[in-house]
Amino acid sequence: MAKLARLEIAPAKLEQYRGELANVLGHVAKLKSINVDGIEPLTSPVDSTNRLAADQPGATLSLEELFMNAPAVEGRFIAVPKVLAEENS
Amino acid sequence: MSAPFTDAVSIGEAVRSGATTAEQVTKEFLSRAQIANASLNAFHEIFESEAMEAARAVDAKVKAGKNPGPLAGVPMAVKDNLATKVGRTTCSSKMLEHYRSPFTATCVERLQAAGAVVIGKTNMDEFAMGSSTEHCAWGPVKNPWDTTRVPGGSSGGSAAAAAAGLCGFSLGSDTGGSIRQPASLCGCVGFKPTYGRVSRYGLVAFGSSLDQVGPLTRSVRDAALTYQVMAGLDDRDSTTADLAVEDPMKDLETPIAGLRVGVPKQYLSDANDAEVNAYVNEALQRLQKLGATLVEVDLPLTDIGISTYYVIAPAEASGNLARFDGIRYGHRAALKTGESLDTLYSRSRAEGFGPEVQRRIMLGTYVLSSGYYDAYYGRALRVRRLIKAEFDNAFTKCDVIAGPASPSPAFKFGGMNDPLQMYLCDVYTVNTNIAGLPAISLPIGFAKDGPHSLPIGIHLQAPAFADAKLLRAARMVEKLFPDLVRQAPHFS
Repeated sequence: MAKLARLEIAPAKLEQYRGELANVLGHVAKLKSINVDGIEPLTSPVDSTNRLAADQPGATLSLEELFMNAPAVEGRFIAVPKVLAEENS
Repeated sequence: MSAPFTDAVSIGEAVRSGATTAEQVTKEFLSRAQIANASLNAFHEIFESEAMEAARAVDAKVKAGKNPGPLAGVPMAVKDNLATKVGRTTCSSKMLEHYRSPFTATCVERLQAAGAVVIGKTNMDEFAMGSSTEHCAWGPVKNPWDTTRVPGGSSGGSAAAAAAGLCGFSLGSDTGGSIRQPASLCGCVGFKPTYGRVSRYGLVAFGSSLDQVGPLTRSVRDAALTYQVMAGLDDRDSTTADLAVEDPMKDLETPIAGLRVGVPKQYLSDANDAEVNAYVNEALQRLQKLGATLVEVDLPLTDIGISTYYVIAPAEASGNLARFDGIRYGHRAALKTGESLDTLYSRSRAEGFGPEVQRRIMLGTYVLSSGYYDAYYGRALRVRRLIKAEFDNAFTKCDVIAGPASPSPAFKFGGMNDPLQMYLCDVYTVNTNIAGLPAISLPIGFAKDGPHSLPIGIHLQAPAFADAKLLRAARMVEKLFPDLVRQAPHFS
């Protein structure tokens, strides 16, 4: 699960999490006691319809503002480690 | 004027009338905040020069005869998961330790336009996940009534700042009780408006279908006024409701004739602290004497709320927090030569997120994973519809539903080491978010613990978009306790 969540967790810590999460999931299992036959899922508490914005260009953030929080910038790009190396590993 | 003891409405009035200046008020509050912060840790950052500059701009408007707004010169503290151009927006997480927002949240902008002055950003449980503000990367926030106890959470810094009079009011966010529970534990008013009433633009998302921004204040009228300023449609948040906002100030002082107060038997459980039940009962008796009718309502799904919430909220969080990958912003881990992009993601996230956030991301990932999706997430969404229906049915018999905001007064630091035990504290508040209702917590009494008085709050819930009526009902309750101390004594 940690791998799927992209979290690099040390094995010892993983054991602790496993116990805590099992505990929570044990409690959450109470959901099974509720009869939900024929009930539709509710994803949002209020009825809302999709609202579209007018297709008009507005002010945008400058490149400088967009990059001010980037950990590594090279020119007009955000720098990342080699991606292609992934496919060989 | 003794600024720290007055509420935001009275500060605004005094500044507009010229009885005092925004500069004077801001200076006083900045000084109080700086001194008290050494013992409370309510603020992560305090903005002295920016606040004074904003205050002078308010004074210039007053001098020029222009309308400075209803919150003229009122010092406001902002929870650190709301984006502000001034200072940093860290969500009390190492992940965002150095993050500076290029924009300001809509709710903050609207309050600033109404004259409020941002004096600082408040500490919180990391990414708003917690009920004690112990999960804060910048150290725990202390309860101003007893600094050996938690202020509640996740808006613990905002609650402590409002209760200790370090600001005129503060802003919090509420995903499962994160405004109302700390307000109850710190003895201030905490208001969570109807889902979709206040724009979430600029609020760092936790559970998008549950999150709502709201004020923490020292009076109900402050909650009403600040809500009025913030509420309404925002083009930048498509979930804001396209419905006119009822004026919450107009009839605030007029009691609701024939108010029907729903009392679910599930809320005054024996598992609650005895003093909590005693004070809630006292408030109900007083309301009845005033002419309100107490109506017994049945909410049998109360207990299942925690299970439902701790599936839906982590599920939404695991998606929302996937954006923190060490690439565009936030913490980036150092890699050794040859390590992959995937390692960069995993290590950055492991180093940047604290344990509670990691737990909830894994929980959310699990309940959304194929094979478990239907059993957990799908089922929780179906139970969610049942919970909402249960409230809808109860509100055919009553105008508001009353109960405790928290099963107990503030607990000691480290008093809830097991995550599940902490989650169970939210039993009376999570269903409000699951159903998208407005709710408010306000102080009604104190539990005694040796030399300490620990605030106890009542929790009122109302139907969706009945925010104005809910505030009126809360004002009725507030008037029933005229002599209640509303300021933590050590900070007066």
